Amino acid sequence: MIINHPLLGPRDASEFVYLGDASLIDRPDWQAKDAQQQFHDYLYLRDNPAGAHRELWFHEQGDRSWLVVTRDTITHEITNVELARDVALQRGRGR
Amino acid sequence: MSQTHRIDGGLLDRSRALRFTFNGTSLEGYAGDTLASALIANGVKLVGRSFKYHRPRGIFTAGSEEPNALVTLRRDGHGEPNTRATVTELFDGLVASSQNHRGPLRYDLMAVNDYLAPFLSAGFYYKTFMWPKAFWEKLYEPVIRSSAGLGRLSGKADPDIYDKGFLHCDILIIGAGPAGLCAALSAARSGARVILADEDFRFGGRLNTETMAVAGTSGADWAQQAVAELASMDNVRLMPRTTIYGAYDHGIYGALERRTDHLAESAGKPRQVLWRIYSKRAILCAGATERSIAFGNNDRPGIMLAGSVRAYANRWAALPGKRIAVFTNNDDGWRTASDLAAHGADIAAIVDTRDRAPLEAPAGATVAMGAYVTDTKGRHGLKSITLSNGTTIECDCLAVSGGWSPNVHLTCHQRDKPQWRDDIAGFVPGPDLPVGMRVAGAANGALTLAAALREGHEQAHAAAEELGFKPASIALPAAEDEAVETSAFFHVKADGPRAWIDLQNDVTAKDVKLSHQEGFRSVEHLKRYTTLGMATDQGKTANLLGLSVMAECNGRSIPETGTTIFRPPYTPVAIGALAGRSRGKAFRPTRLTTSHKSAEERDAVFVEAGQWLRAQWFPEKGETHWRESVDREAVRVRESVGICDVTTLGKIDIQGRDAAEFLNRVYSNGFAKLPVGKVRYGLMLREDGMVMDDGTTARLGENHFVMTTTTANAVSVFRHLEFCRQCLWPGLDVHLISATEQWAQFAVAGPHSRDLLRKVVDPEFDLSNEAFPFMACGEVTVFDGTPSRLFRISFSGELAYEIAVPARYGDAMIRALMDVGEEFGVVPYGTEALSVLRIEKGHPVANELCGQTTARDLGLERMVSKKKDCIGNTLSERSHLNREDGLALMGFAPVMRNEHLSAGAHFTSRDKPATTENDEGWMTSVAYSPTLGHSIGLGFIARGRDRVGEIVQAADPLRGKTIEVRIVSPHFVDPEGERQRA
Repeated sequence: MIINHPLLGPRDASEFVYLGDASLIDRPDWQAKDAQQQFHDYLYLRDNPAGAHRELWFHEQGDRSWLVVTRDTITHEITNVELARDVALQRGRGR
Repeated sequence: MSQTHRIDGGLLDRSRALRFTFNGTSLEGYAGDTLASALIANGVKLVGRSFKYHRPRGIFTAGSEEPNALVTLRRDGHGEPNTRATVTELFDGLVASSQNHRGPLRYDLMAVNDYLAPFLSAGFYYKTFMWPKAFWEKLYEPVIRSSAGLGRLSGKADPDIYDKGFLHCDILIIGAGPAGLCAALSAARSGARVILADEDFRFGGRLNTETMAVAGTSGADWAQQAVAELASMDNVRLMPRTTIYGAYDHGIYGALERRTDHLAESAGKPRQVLWRIYSKRAILCAGATERSIAFGNNDRPGIMLAGSVRAYANRWAALPGKRIAVFTNNDDGWRTASDLAAHGADIAAIVDTRDRAPLEAPAGATVAMGAYVTDTKGRHGLKSITLSNGTTIECDCLAVSGGWSPNVHLTCHQRDKPQWRDDIAGFVPGPDLPVGMRVAGAANGALTLAAALREGHEQAHAAAEELGFKPASIALPAAEDEAVETSAFFHVKADGPRAWIDLQNDVTAKDVKLSHQEGFRSVEHLKRYTTLGMATDQGKTANLLGLSVMAECNGRSIPETGTTIFRPPYTPVAIGALAGRSRGKAFRPTRLTTSHKSAEERDAVFVEAGQWLRAQWFPEKGETHWRESVDREAVRVRESVGICDVTTLGKIDIQGRDAAEFLNRVYSNGFAKLPVGKVRYGLMLREDGMVMDDGTTARLGENHFVMTTTTANAVSVFRHLEFCRQCLWPGLDVHLISATEQWAQFAVAGPHSRDLLRKVVDPEFDLSNEAFPFMACGEVTVFDGTPSRLFRISFSGELAYEIAVPARYGDAMIRALMDVGEEFGVVPYGTEALSVLRIEKGHPVANELCGQTTARDLGLERMVSKKKDCIGNTLSERSHLNREDGLALMGFAPVMRNEHLSAGAHFTSRDKPATTENDEGWMTSVAYSPTLGHSIGLGFIARGRDRVGEIVQAADPLRGKTIEVRIVSPHFVDPEGERQRA
């Protein structure tokens, strides 16, 4: 596979390490009333879509960017690649 | 023996005669021959024995689809079994031998299997050899394995070199037949970067084996001209002897190039190169493969595919027989008769399953329309055939044509489903091709020459245009649309002798019917039950025959029955090629510390720690056992001073205004208030609450920290921290960089460590206990100005430091430390002594931080802060991880002082048997403590902290040893930690 890195252009997938669902960005609030339940769901519950999937890849043999790659799990077509940092900021994560 | 079956013509260099041996017999061929064509030219018919029944077999095809002619090439470690003679380029000195027979090939003792055939039908071993159960592994399986099979490996290491590489192109063209050459010309003239690959050593494909003209010249000559033009262009890479074996995601193709397989000696060059080709577009011009027809005894030597028979005559000037019969269901078979007749062969008969003769038969040939072959005779070579009309015809070669199947394999590697076309009675590529792929020519079902040329051109034109190139308008070379009408006839339905479908796996029509009868109705089940379509040829000539028989049993059509899934590789790829250079020590990089050379000079014994080589111990003169060295090193550290290279521990430089806050969130214990100039032990959890790693982190400045990780987790901790930084808290001002290899770091441990370092560190730095206490750190200079970092941390429990210098000074530093330490009797110590010292102190390492243990298990629950957010703290509070009867890290001492503990032993109460139900924990680390004079261990045991003093059993069934141990504190030496603070 080839991942079109937003900063570095097309790179071979072998330069990357895969983590999993991009929902791992949405880490729950530790002070929420049901924090244990939220963390449990955050860590263990995943959708398994046949189709578009947003997932985290780490450019370990490159610039060490974490990326959010939108990949079709049936065809492996990659339709979007974003810096995970940008995605996290958009989703309201900050300090 | 001379070349009795050699005729005039062909694409051979007769000025270069090549000698080779087959089964010890010396033979001769010419440059341009394959092993198969040279064997045919020499009149050799019998080349092997079949997989199961040990039936005599001959050459069946002229290409990579060959099921029968598998030979072992070369000798010893260079030997390669299951090489197809049909694609083995002849070279001078080639040595080949046949496979799968006991005794000489002609008188194979295992041929008795053929008479046992009624007992050896599909799946026989599942049914026949069931009882007694124990016999399967000991008797049945070894016997079956030794009597069935293909070639054997030499059992020796492969001395050849294999390599890997990467290529990029705009348009990859797969196959250099008429479609491929035409596509390459069009694509290359448009200016696109083109790679043209073909498995053959001579480009041209069927142009080299047919007599049809192209642009007024012979097909072979036209191909030569096209190749010459392509070779002259800078934007074209020609790759003969290269098989594109797989179509992968995003236009990436796997290619195996045979670089020196056609030479007697590799001369230090790679034998094969595995390429990964990155293409923007690909045009599959893989042609078509002829298939057989199943009829009684259709597997005898001399029975061959019709297209191959004329290929041998036309291209290789080798006649497979003197008197040849043709059995066909299509027009193409007739071309074999006319071509062979033109070479002067005697055409005995043309047998066509259809009613109407499409072409004129050569003079003297019997023509039998609407007839078929029902049986054959001739044990080691065909002697005669019997027809459905009862006549028997004498012949020594039968050319069989069951029609041509487009080579759709690569179109299906991403799950495209091929579609059936009635007019050619074959499958063509479906609608869901791999992205960027186009198909042209016979692979696309365009079976005539003119159509192949046209499609090649059109597809290349379209691909070039898509990529923004300006395709040149070129005139298509003139060629004919030859007669290719065919009929869907696959199998002679008669209750006669066995009719083979898959020659390589000895699968007959009866086996397919039996499989259906026994309930294996999906094609995938059929394949696995009968082995139809498995092994080196993957049923290229056989699959459709099997499908037709299966469809008949099911009462369904062939397209309804469907094909099995095509997967890479298209033809076999040697494991050696997949491994490339990654063999032995080159399998992964070896990382050496800067003190490696110095350690070598001291005769250190090394141990692999991940990719690193670390000194394990340093034997001195007179020491004959490793324990002597390790005990001495450990004692010297406790009594005086020792030095250990700790460079391999991960070092992560952390900077930024929010660096302290960041550390506070990734460590479970507090870091926000760590003063500048101090080091703190940090415990890192995974989000699930388990311990991930530990280490010390030093605050060198307000916004500058240096973290250490364990050697094993250096990479994964760094990855995790980057995840936290970029994905969880992108607003924090913090930056990370790995500095593991930038700093050479040495532990200087023992009561004399301060004395030693006073001679190293420049005098303006005060090392007194007051000025530089336990857990202090700072930037200093050594040996008159060399920058350095000093940390007062202790893994051994002694007064100790770690001192780091830029890696380029590492070698000089270790030598200087040893020199100045001489007056204190300094010793270098290795990882074994390091381990002894830390077990004596009860410090956990990877053995204890195994991914299944919590801070509580380790007795570190107070290090998980409840007052802040940090990775893992919420889920570490789950009730099951905090059970009263949970595990605790404890120390263990043998009740009998002289007994040795063993790591991995499991604990049970003394009054209970050592069974899984009674298991209470396990021993993680053991060492002989020279300080205490007996064996000591660390381990996890249920409710350990309440059980100090209790005696339990430590059972080690693996080593057959059970001993009694006493539960003690995990801190064996200096539990109050006074020494490290001294």
